[in-house]
Amino acid sequence: MKTGEELGILNIGTTIYKTRISRKFRNRKPYKIPDPRLIISFIPGTVLEILVTVGQSVKHGDDLMILDAMKMQNKLKCKTDGRVRKIPVKKGEKVAKGTVLLEME
Amino acid sequence: MPLSRKIRELQQKREKILQGGGEQAIEKQKALGKRTARERIMTLLDENSFNEYDLFVEHDARDFDMDKKTLPSDGVIIGSGTIYGAPVAVFAQDFTVAGGSLGLMHSRKITKIMDHALKMKMPLIGINDSGGARIQEGVNSLAGYGEIFFRNTISSGVIPQISVILGPCAGGAVYSPALTDFVFVVDNISKMFITGPEVIKTVLGEEISMEDLGGARVHSEISGNAHFFAKSEEECFDQIKKLITFIPWNNQQKARMFEPGEPKADLNIEKIVPDDPTMPYDVKDVIRAVVDNSDFFEIMEHYAKNIVIGFGRMGGRTTGFVANQPLEMAGVLDVDSSDKAARFIRFCDAFNIPIITFVDVPGYLPGVDQEHSGVIRHGAKLLYAYSEATVPKLTVILRKAYGGGYIAMSSRHLRADFVFAWPSAEIAVMGPEGAANIIFRKEIMSSDDPDSVRKQKVEEYKTKFANPYVAASRGYVDAVIEPGETRKFLLHSIAVSENKDIQTPPKKHGLPPL
Repeated sequence: MKTGEELGILNIGTTIYKTRISRKFRNRKPYKIPDPRLIISFIPGTVLEILVTVGQSVKHGDDLMILDAMKMQNKLKCKTDGRVRKIPVKKGEKVAKGTVLLEME
Repeated sequence: MPLSRKIRELQQKREKILQGGGEQAIEKQKALGKRTARERIMTLLDENSFNEYDLFVEHDARDFDMDKKTLPSDGVIIGSGTIYGAPVAVFAQDFTVAGGSLGLMHSRKITKIMDHALKMKMPLIGINDSGGARIQEGVNSLAGYGEIFFRNTISSGVIPQISVILGPCAGGAVYSPALTDFVFVVDNISKMFITGPEVIKTVLGEEISMEDLGGARVHSEISGNAHFFAKSEEECFDQIKKLITFIPWNNQQKARMFEPGEPKADLNIEKIVPDDPTMPYDVKDVIRAVVDNSDFFEIMEHYAKNIVIGFGRMGGRTTGFVANQPLEMAGVLDVDSSDKAARFIRFCDAFNIPIITFVDVPGYLPGVDQEHSGVIRHGAKLLYAYSEATVPKLTVILRKAYGGGYIAMSSRHLRADFVFAWPSAEIAVMGPEGAANIIFRKEIMSSDDPDSVRKQKVEEYKTKFANPYVAASRGYVDAVIEPGETRKFLLHSIAVSENKDIQTPPKKHGLPPL
């Protein structure tokens, strides 16, 4: 332990400890409540086909898009009834995991 | 032909093969700060101790013009030798020969030395420096890897297995090191990954350098795949040699005894741990104040630093140390620290190394990411490892031992053989603040001045329960000792545990929550 080292604080069971804080802990992502209106890529891949257009009415279970990933063509299905509000990706686009592919109204 | 000429002929044949991949390839290797495979073996082993086998092995692949290529020794050196007199079996992939690529005969050489190590019950050291599978040899190359992984698994817990990553080790090849007990990496030289930067870029469009993806620092600090990090090959070999002095040759033996020496006198053990349980200190100072010659050999120094693991000697006997580190993340238990300690405990148990645990733990790290990463399952590994271990288990509670952390850290209830506590120990179901808030909730809430009542109740709880005497009154703690008596108690306990023998119910194998 270096003298004069600046330490962080950590709350465990309502007790405040003086300690070094790890990079992993500092960089942890805050939890977000999942939004059923967003279709998000669950795996990195390529948008092979977009099967709907903006403004189109779709039903729970309809195919929205085909995402090509790991040599597999994955059908992305609609999770709610409603209209397509936005499609922020283009056909042929490579997308990372967690990218918003489609937004419902 | 007279024998003298035949000997000359042998010498010429050897010399030719000993040139490996030739001058150009060797120059390239050196330019990267790397030694040749043969130099590595010579640096690692005792002088003149190396006996090489299978020098004349050649591949017999025919496809893709392979029949026109000769690859000296098929790109890997195998043999055995000694390190400080201890026998070791070694293989070293030679990157100067076809990029150290693994073909059928290459893999057969490796499995030959692995079989030898297992049969003769000696440690195996594998030096990995290979571009991966020899594509021209197709499925034979895959078969080779599979045979290696199988032997790694069968040998696990019978002989110590050490992997040294001194170059690329990518794709399926990484699973041999992953199955071994200790992985050594060197800054800027070691590269380990399942899928390389190029594949990641093509498939995902994400750009990352080899170093940032799977360099030595990444595996030492982030992934936890590596156990020892060195700045140079030289330092790496010194670390391996030191490790060899601490571990036995196989699971039937104990590690060699060394001449015991007292810890350094300037480490005043009474002055290390602050009175206030929320203030940090370096628990390694406590270990150094207790261990022979203050010589503590830390393992996984840069990963999950909230728990410290490593070897030292007590009265000349190799001992494994596990300690919560209040300096890092308050010494909490979490996913990574549980994994790290559990694996180490299982190594010690498999190889007859007693375990000393120093406890100063506030509990488990709260958080969504911890819960979602399975802290339940990972934390359970620690309980499992301690409960399962039949080697002598000694515990010293330095300060906090709260809740689940108290149970997990080699408590009496998991069959620790000796549990000692310092007078500063606080063995309780939770921290005083949390406990007072729950137990005296009504009194605190209904008071006109909740804050001062809370303070008063916290103090009350501290006096009554934040001590080692409640646990001692139940026999959960065998002795409350002065810090200055710690070494004396531990030395005696280890000495009397020399012939510890306990029976466990017969089973094929247990089912730790892997």
